[in-house]
Amino acid sequence: MKNLIAFFKSFLLLELLKGMSVTGRYFFARHITVEYPDEKTPQSFRFRGLHAQRRYPNGEERCIGCKLCEAVCPALAIKIEVAEREDGTRRTTQYDIDLTKCIFCGFCEESCPVDAIVETRVFEYHGEKRGDLYYTKPMLLAMGEKYEEQIALDRAADAKYR
Amino acid sequence: MINIEIDGKQIQTQNGATVIEAAHQAGITIPHFCYHKKLSIAANCRMCLVQVEKAPKPLPACATPVAEGMKVFTHSEQAVKAQQGVMEFLLINHPLDCPICDQGGECMLQDISVGYGAGHSRYHEEKRVVLSKDIGPLVSAEEMSRCINCTRCVRFGQEIAGQMELGQAFRGEHAEIMSFVSGTVNSELSGNMIDLCPVGALTSKPFRYKARSWELSRRRAVSAHDSLGSSLAVQTKNNRVLRVLPIENEEINECWLSDKDRFAYEGLNSADRLTRPMIKQDGKWQEVEWQVALEYAANGLRHIANGAGAEQIGALATANSTLEELYLLQKLMRGIGSENVDFRLRQSDFSVDGKQQGAPWLGMSIADIGRADRFLVVGSFLRKDHPLLAARIRQAAKKGAQVNILHCTDDDLLMKVANKAIVAPNALVETLAQVSKALAAEKQGTQNAGGEATAIARSIASGERVAVLLGNFAQQHPQAAQLQALAQQIAALSNGRFGFLGEAANSVGGYLAQATPRAKGLNAAAMLASPRKAYVLLNVEAELDCADPQQAVAAMQAADMVIALSAYKHQATEYADVLLPIAPFTETSGTFVSTEGRVQSFKGAVKPLGEARPAWKVLRVLGNLLQVEGFGQDTSEAVRDEALHGVDVAARLNNAIGGVESSPAQSGSGLQRVSDVPIYATDAVVRRSAPLQATADAAPPQAWLHSEELKKLGVQSGAVVSVSQGQGKVQLVAAADDGLPKGVVRVAAGHAATAALGAMFGTITVERA
Repeated sequence: MKNLIAFFKSFLLLELLKGMSVTGRYFFARHITVEYPDEKTPQSFRFRGLHAQRRYPNGEERCIGCKLCEAVCPALAIKIEVAEREDGTRRTTQYDIDLTKCIFCGFCEESCPVDAIVETRVFEYHGEKRGDLYYTKPMLLAMGEKYEEQIALDRAADAKYR
Repeated sequence: MINIEIDGKQIQTQNGATVIEAAHQAGITIPHFCYHKKLSIAANCRMCLVQVEKAPKPLPACATPVAEGMKVFTHSEQAVKAQQGVMEFLLINHPLDCPICDQGGECMLQDISVGYGAGHSRYHEEKRVVLSKDIGPLVSAEEMSRCINCTRCVRFGQEIAGQMELGQAFRGEHAEIMSFVSGTVNSELSGNMIDLCPVGALTSKPFRYKARSWELSRRRAVSAHDSLGSSLAVQTKNNRVLRVLPIENEEINECWLSDKDRFAYEGLNSADRLTRPMIKQDGKWQEVEWQVALEYAANGLRHIANGAGAEQIGALATANSTLEELYLLQKLMRGIGSENVDFRLRQSDFSVDGKQQGAPWLGMSIADIGRADRFLVVGSFLRKDHPLLAARIRQAAKKGAQVNILHCTDDDLLMKVANKAIVAPNALVETLAQVSKALAAEKQGTQNAGGEATAIARSIASGERVAVLLGNFAQQHPQAAQLQALAQQIAALSNGRFGFLGEAANSVGGYLAQATPRAKGLNAAAMLASPRKAYVLLNVEAELDCADPQQAVAAMQAADMVIALSAYKHQATEYADVLLPIAPFTETSGTFVSTEGRVQSFKGAVKPLGEARPAWKVLRVLGNLLQVEGFGQDTSEAVRDEALHGVDVAARLNNAIGGVESSPAQSGSGLQRVSDVPIYATDAVVRRSAPLQATADAAPPQAWLHSEELKKLGVQSGAVVSVSQGQGKVQLVAAADDGLPKGVVRVAAGHAATAALGAMFGTITVERA
């Protein structure tokens, strides 16, 4: 009896039809595959991508060299040197992030008392040599200048949860 | 004893203790800001409020004496509410600038607000602003808005430093700490205010923004700048010394540190540092490899030893050198056959050599000084030469001890002085003899004539624990031996003790290392008076470190070969032939024997700068190159153990002398020179510390005279005079000091501005320029 049922099932291509019905259903369903790089997935405003250093609207850099990010960084990816600037304020003379070490945990951003170091939504970056991923202060500030609008919007969106 | 209960724990404490003391004894923490165990009780921060049974309100633990059966609760609802309330009030006006505050990470306010604060504030109005103040080159008062008005700095000035340079002005919300009268804080102990400040209001100016507290590694060290042997914590980052703090050591420095010890580190990396060996060829300095320089030095010494004789070689070292360095230096000299080795460069009377039974020392422990009830301090610029010992004596004076001074200048010691006799240097011995005589008469009950000497004798005779202390000036005095003999006599008559306030970090260690000439050898003065053909200098800047710079430099210039082991390029480039870069105390391991005979070894805190090497290694290699036996030590500990092998340090310390002949004082006509070594000119590192050199104490030397002497010369105070001694002549600003005896002029030694002059004592000519 068992054999008989199996014979008819295969004879009438029931399994095939069953499989094709799944295919058919998804053929007409809404596509969820993202055609990267032509399409992109939506990102949270808390996305933790490439770092940037921000400036205040008047152009003054935010970072005051408190070194909390350096202290909190679990991967020891941040290196800071500080000196007193001519006007008597405390400023960094060196602020490097080694992105080959960074694990993008976001602690640096979390610890920053002045929202100077932030992680942007940028994740599409590369380096051709190992040293290319060693980001220095001018590079980070340039990132900040480029994406300031988005960064500010993201911080504003997140503010109510803090 | 009294029984109390804190948080349910039964505690026994002595009568008169406060609750906070009892709690600390029992290991219970009570948060506090204004309370400090070494300062008086102010009870103005209110942080230490605790609940006491039967008391209607919370009480400040720091100002509440214990009573039998008292029950204290530090964590009860009432106490916690009080602590949170106080914390909220303290933070009302405290700026939220912890991220840029140098105190961040080691701040009492941060720690206690995390531990005892409520976590939020209801205050949203504007905070008060207190303007920054410039109170000198050492202590920064840039951010006075951070001040919580605990007044620890004010009480420190009044009670420990003896001088109220900071005070609290205005009231209520307008209360602020400010300096008045002078504008700057000039105390030689001012750095302690930085440690005492529980917030970041007073911070270290040289350290400003240099590092965060958690980045620093900490190494134990021993002070190299005075004879106390203070315990230091040298804090380093990236192989550089960035800060020096005290380590609490009740027997030595308590919890204090003099500014000299605290800020001298700024001189360690001065541009003047010698980082490569150099030799002079055809009048030009060339940087060479170590091997070349050492062979050049060894060949030079061998050549002179074989030619002119080993006794033509002399070795001079400063007393800031470590025990190991001094030991190897004397071993090297004796190995090549010369007895000429000495470290007492500023001493001028060596007649006790051979009569001294042991190494001269303090004669008592440092803690004993605090317990003495009568002091006779002879020939000491006490406050400047020994800032922390002076603070000890100040504390003793507060408790009722009588301080008697016999000296040639009348500097303000900032303590109550019972009697003082200010005499010219050539009358010092005579006056001390009068004191001794009057004391003998006093003891026998005979009547004395009046006068200062009698008053001093009376004061001493009435004491039970007498301390007779000979200062640097007395040790450098041309009749030092007689002063010592008289001090011994006075101590014997009064049943007290006498001793020397050691001049430098290793003044006792030099004797233990045997770095003094034995019979036939020449002492420091003789080596320079009858010039040698070759000199080995260890840490010595001849023009600044010697009793007679004129003579010293002339001897160096006349010598065929001068080998200078030095951490710095200095004037030696003019007379030396080889410069060997050695490591200062933070970069080498070694041992200092403090003035109380405490043997303290330390390790290097950082690596030597450039190609500099620890001096004991350099001397060891020199010993090997000269084929002297016994230079195989691998570590400085091995050298120390060899130096102190079979030496019972305690037994070697002995001030007793016998058979000193009295020689008449020089009775030259004209003005007598009185010279101090200014506090920030004592050794090579201190001289190069920029912040210390910017202080009022480092002001250029002046020619100080009694105003009548000035009148005689027809010179106004502030006018330039020409001061000459021997062939040397310098232009100095004349200044009036009516505390000086007539017939003397006070001109500092050890300073580049007066290095052209001659001996520290003797006649000196002052003329209108």
